[in-house]
Amino acid sequence: MEELANLFHGFAVALQPYNIMLMIIGITLGVIIGVLPGLGGANGVAILLPLTFSMPPTSAIIMLSCIYWGALFGGAITSILFNIPGEPWSVATTFDGYPMAQQGKPGEALTAAFTSSFVGALFAVIMITLVAPLVAGFALRFGPAEKFAVYFLAFCSFVGLSKEPPFKTIAAMMMGFALAAVGLDSITGQLRLTFGVTELLNGFDFLIAVIGLFGIGEILLTMEEGLAFRGGNATINLRVVIQTWRELPTYWMTSLRSCLIGCWMGVTPAGATPASFMSYGIAKRLARRGNNFGKGEIEGVIAPETAAHAAGTSALLPMLSLGVPGSPTAAVLLGGLLIWGLQPGPMLFVEQKEFVWGLIASMYLGNLAGLIVVLTCVPIFAAILRVPFGIIAPLILVLCAIGAYSVHNSTFDVMLMLVFGVLGYLLKKCNYPLAPLVLAIVLGDKAEEAFRQSLLGSQGSLNVFFSNGLVSTIMVLGLVALFWSAIQEGYSRLRTSMA
Amino acid sequence: MTERSGSASGPAHKTLEIGMALLIGAFGLVVIFGSLKAGINWGAEGPRAGFFPFYVGATIVVASAINLWSAQRDNDGRLFAEWGQLRQVMSVVVPTAIYVGSMPFIGLYVASMVFIAWFMRWLGGYRWLTVAAVAIGMPVVTYLVFERWFLVPLPKGPLEEWLGL
Repeated sequence: MEELANLFHGFAVALQPYNIMLMIIGITLGVIIGVLPGLGGANGVAILLPLTFSMPPTSAIIMLSCIYWGALFGGAITSILFNIPGEPWSVATTFDGYPMAQQGKPGEALTAAFTSSFVGALFAVIMITLVAPLVAGFALRFGPAEKFAVYFLAFCSFVGLSKEPPFKTIAAMMMGFALAAVGLDSITGQLRLTFGVTELLNGFDFLIAVIGLFGIGEILLTMEEGLAFRGGNATINLRVVIQTWRELPTYWMTSLRSCLIGCWMGVTPAGATPASFMSYGIAKRLARRGNNFGKGEIEGVIAPETAAHAAGTSALLPMLSLGVPGSPTAAVLLGGLLIWGLQPGPMLFVEQKEFVWGLIASMYLGNLAGLIVVLTCVPIFAAILRVPFGIIAPLILVLCAIGAYSVHNSTFDVMLMLVFGVLGYLLKKCNYPLAPLVLAIVLGDKAEEAFRQSLLGSQGSLNVFFSNGLVSTIMVLGLVALFWSAIQEGYSRLRTSMA
Repeated sequence: MTERSGSASGPAHKTLEIGMALLIGAFGLVVIFGSLKAGINWGAEGPRAGFFPFYVGATIVVASAINLWSAQRDNDGRLFAEWGQLRQVMSVVVPTAIYVGSMPFIGLYVASMVFIAWFMRWLGGYRWLTVAAVAIGMPVVTYLVFERWFLVPLPKGPLEEWLGL
């Protein structure tokens, strides 16, 4: 009951006019940042962090977290309308969202995406409010072996669940891991795979890869088909919204499952990106119309968006309660806490009640405000679609270049982006999946670190990954996912031979 | 998408598929080579820097070998793309390469202006007035949003220096 009283006090804080204004500004900026490729949630928040130094910490975190929600919402817009994921976690949204837009149903796709995002976030916030200490205590028990097992499961799901040939998936994924390994090794501090090129000291940033592979690659694919305009016409009106809302409760099972996957992956530091892929993959396997996934199935939009938003939101749980960020953006927010003079950790709930509960209350309000803002502002983004490709293409190319440059202020990255773009075009034409490549670049270092730390603890024995119930369960699930298509084939063969 | 009538000519899909498998395989070999240089065995503080990438590289080589083998068996005579389509693609890649390559010397703004103008005029066929409006408008908006609003410095060249920006 004390929590409830605290929460109401938090609402009183969040509902102050000044904070509501910051909330709306944050959401709007966040959507713009989420739509612009390269200006993602993490660096968008990082760039705006200095502007908040003079604000009270509660107001500052409300604005910055609202930028984060906005970016989560905004990523879906470009994914669905342009097939360019504004954020890595919206990659899975392109699989069905973009075909839907091409079939003349962008309004339905966008409404489904935004509403699912809202549902996912709401679920996660309620979870944070209710079971924060409990779940955090559980995640605290995670050692490096458990962490690696979670990564293992996420990557194995790719191989077993993607529609591309498994060895092409593996090749693409491992290329990502190799690219992630380039540069300074975080454990030994040794340089590797740089071959004497100083620009490679810091390795490859996944943002550059994302901008190149998806942004530039997609433009090249479009050019091949002539200057044909490939974005669907986006009309979103109240009728479409209400019609879609009426349809959505049919998929409550998918939503609930995606919420759970999202919260799980967000609390354990796997993050929104693998959550969205995993949720998409599982929905594809279990849905009645699973074979239609990838051709514009509304369930294929609901699943990744719900999970991504649930994960993105619940990533704040370990950050607040343990001081361990669950996502890159959460890590940037953590940096903000320290700058404002707050010590993240369990003591925050005791010493800074107003801050913590103000933030939690603002999560409820911010996501509601976000839903309203994106639903009403989509016509503005639909206007972008009516601009001919001959104008929009060079503008996207220039924006990609700006995005790639501003990641590390380096023109070398811009050249790298073009190389990734041509590579993305060729890979896509040859049916290699791009998503596992990007995901491996993002998570490669963390997965490797967890792997090596586990081996360090066990003196090099792989048994560490099967040393207790929790880690063995996750690893076995991963192996099942890895060999899923083989298992399925064997099962159906067994059935035919029995019959 | 790439299935065309027999009259069109272009590189075979199979050739590109084999080329990609070889390219990725070669990349895997480079990774293995680099890992060996960094050390793949156990050092004083556990697995050395090349330990993890070595197995990654080995997996790439094995996966590429299998992909190469299955590409070899593929015999449906599909085209990768027609020459005309590839020319379209190159008409974007080459100018973008020039754009990106010139950026460190003339700055992002001037390069963007020239690039947008070229793209719209030669590939889009727009009137000069429209071209000028977009080609000048976009960098100006970019300047205001990034340098003034978000305080992100973008590469500048002699023109910006002369204007004192």
